[in-house]
Amino acid sequence: MDLKPNADQQQLIDAFAGLYADLASTDRVSAAEPSGHDAALWQQLVAIGAVEMALPDSGAGLIELALVAEQHGRYLAPAPMIEAQVAARLLAQVGGEPSDRLTTLAVRPAVGGRAELVPAGAVADDALMLDGDRLLLVPLTGRATAVANLGCLPLADVDDIGGGAVLATGAPAVSAFEAAVDEWRVLTAAALSGLAAAALEIGVAYVKERTAFDRPLGAFQGVAHRLADRASEVDGAQLLAREAAWAHGEEPERFAELAAMALGFAAETAADTTWHALHFHGGYGFMLEYPIQMYFRRARTWGAVLESPAESYRRVTDVRGAA
Amino acid sequence: MDFRLGEKAELLRKETIEFLDEHLTEEILEGCHATGVNHDVEFAKAVRDRGWLTMGWSVEDGGDGRDPLELIAYGEEMHRRNAPMYAIGTTMGIAHLIQKLGTDEQQREIIPKALNAEIVIALGFTEPENGSDAAAAATRAVRTGDGWTINGSKMFTTNAHIADYVFMLARTNPDVSKHRGLTTFLVPLDQPGVEVQAVRTMSGERTNITFYNDVFVADKWRIGEVDGGWTVMATAFLTEHSASFHAEQWRLVEAFERWARESGRLRDGDVAARIGKSHTEFEVSTLLQRRAAWAASEGLDAHGLGSMSKLFSTERLEQQANETLSLVGPDGLRARGDDTAVQRGTIEHMVRHAKGTTIYAGTSEIQRNIIGQHVLGLPRSY
Repeated sequence: MDLKPNADQQQLIDAFAGLYADLASTDRVSAAEPSGHDAALWQQLVAIGAVEMALPDSGAGLIELALVAEQHGRYLAPAPMIEAQVAARLLAQVGGEPSDRLTTLAVRPAVGGRAELVPAGAVADDALMLDGDRLLLVPLTGRATAVANLGCLPLADVDDIGGGAVLATGAPAVSAFEAAVDEWRVLTAAALSGLAAAALEIGVAYVKERTAFDRPLGAFQGVAHRLADRASEVDGAQLLAREAAWAHGEEPERFAELAAMALGFAAETAADTTWHALHFHGGYGFMLEYPIQMYFRRARTWGAVLESPAESYRRVTDVRGAA
Repeated sequence: MDFRLGEKAELLRKETIEFLDEHLTEEILEGCHATGVNHDVEFAKAVRDRGWLTMGWSVEDGGDGRDPLELIAYGEEMHRRNAPMYAIGTTMGIAHLIQKLGTDEQQREIIPKALNAEIVIALGFTEPENGSDAAAAATRAVRTGDGWTINGSKMFTTNAHIADYVFMLARTNPDVSKHRGLTTFLVPLDQPGVEVQAVRTMSGERTNITFYNDVFVADKWRIGEVDGGWTVMATAFLTEHSASFHAEQWRLVEAFERWARESGRLRDGDVAARIGKSHTEFEVSTLLQRRAAWAASEGLDAHGLGSMSKLFSTERLEQQANETLSLVGPDGLRARGDDTAVQRGTIEHMVRHAKGTTIYAGTSEIQRNIIGQHVLGLPRSY
């Protein structure tokens, strides 16, 4: 057993953390609302190879992507990295042509010629979509309508998907799509665990600083004990997301189950942790000026564009039953 | 990164499963259930014969020098099967303590009998008037000739009715601050003045209250320095292996899932979601416990990691038991002994048992204090 990132992985973590510290300060994240896209940050991410590293022959596995996604989540980075990575892997798998176009993935299958709440759909050039048992590559220009939303994410509804190119059909198309959505679950879980860890740090720092009734807020058990509960959950969410990502290469028979576990647990943990971190700010937490509200809203959005925690947990049961 | 426990641990897991298949009979389990006592002499002898009583002892202490990850695999399998390991654990834990800091005479007297599974040692920390605040112990030990006279009472001295000794924390100096006036003794229970009274609990486990009325204890049974009891306690807790609190979750969700499949209720979305969530919480509990053991094996700062594991796994077990009962409905109330009881009453029993787990071995509030101060760096809270 070794739960520590190795030297190469640590270097990767440090490189991305450094980039986000420079280009994704909370002021910049705030300035990128409501579109939820910072073009300069995205350019830098592409330039250092954030999408390329996701490709099968890059030498990086899903565990490396998850470690990067944790940092992405910690900084609430307003860039469509996870969607672009997962889409690039899926495209490569079905023999699609690599291109410089920004491709995203509609994580829920299209219904009636329409894909709703497509992550990064408002800023991407193309989207991969499952329509019945056909995997399509749909150019988004003229088809996507941006959707204002809770997390200030660049979501879009996409109509008229029939004009897309068919990349695969039948069972292979469906299973490739499902495998890609599982990868998205794990990377989103990793991002949510990073978000939750950062929110906990913000909350803890605030209750050490702020006093009431002549004591720091953190000296009241009604505050401290609830943060202690969150600390255990945040560590658990991180361990579980990392385990799921590790299993992709090392214990593939458990991957689908762990992916659903990781997303359900990380989404619940992020929602609960941001609730407490914001709540202990009192009225300040409710003000736009304080960053904690940005964590609170994203915690409730990132995973929810696919499924609720209850749906993730039902999937755990389904996947186990099918095995 | 590698989430596997490793070859050595998996080999020991396999050996433990084989051992349990052979020695943990239905008869033994039924006996433990009927008496509420988590001890069986034949089983303890089998553990002895297998050479596992000193599991976790270093080579220099006379053990096999197993690493913390091997102990995790061993503990997971023992606990998963509900093997009667509690009295073995307290006995060998205190024997290990005596091996480390007892006198030659104490070692000669206790260690061979402990290694031969001939004696049982119970723990006497908690009292009727103090629990989590163990240093508030009021049971008095007063110098009398070449020994000590003990007066007081100890609560939850589990197994005292079958034990030979109680490892006791007693007050030897009431005039100094509370942590400084304590001394530990190994009190032989066959002394005049000792009275053991049964205490029955909600989960069916039998424990005891023990009374000490002018009980004479020779000074040779004092462990450690006079008034140095708190230091001894710190050593005792250090040698105590991190307990496994997630195996109950496994037993509960296995029973729940089996019931759901057999009854057709798996089609109920709320049932399916709760089963998936219970499996997820079991996975997280496993990871948190393994992380604490891994950190210890790497010599990393593990302070608070055991508390996180204990807090999460026991709090979630309680939620699981209560929500599972709600989802199963009225038939879940039927207890073991009723032929129609759901999964032989496993769910009903877990509602009883789970409540205890957030109390013993450090209440959830104590764990939260430790996490708040040592992991989050928060001030002491009140």
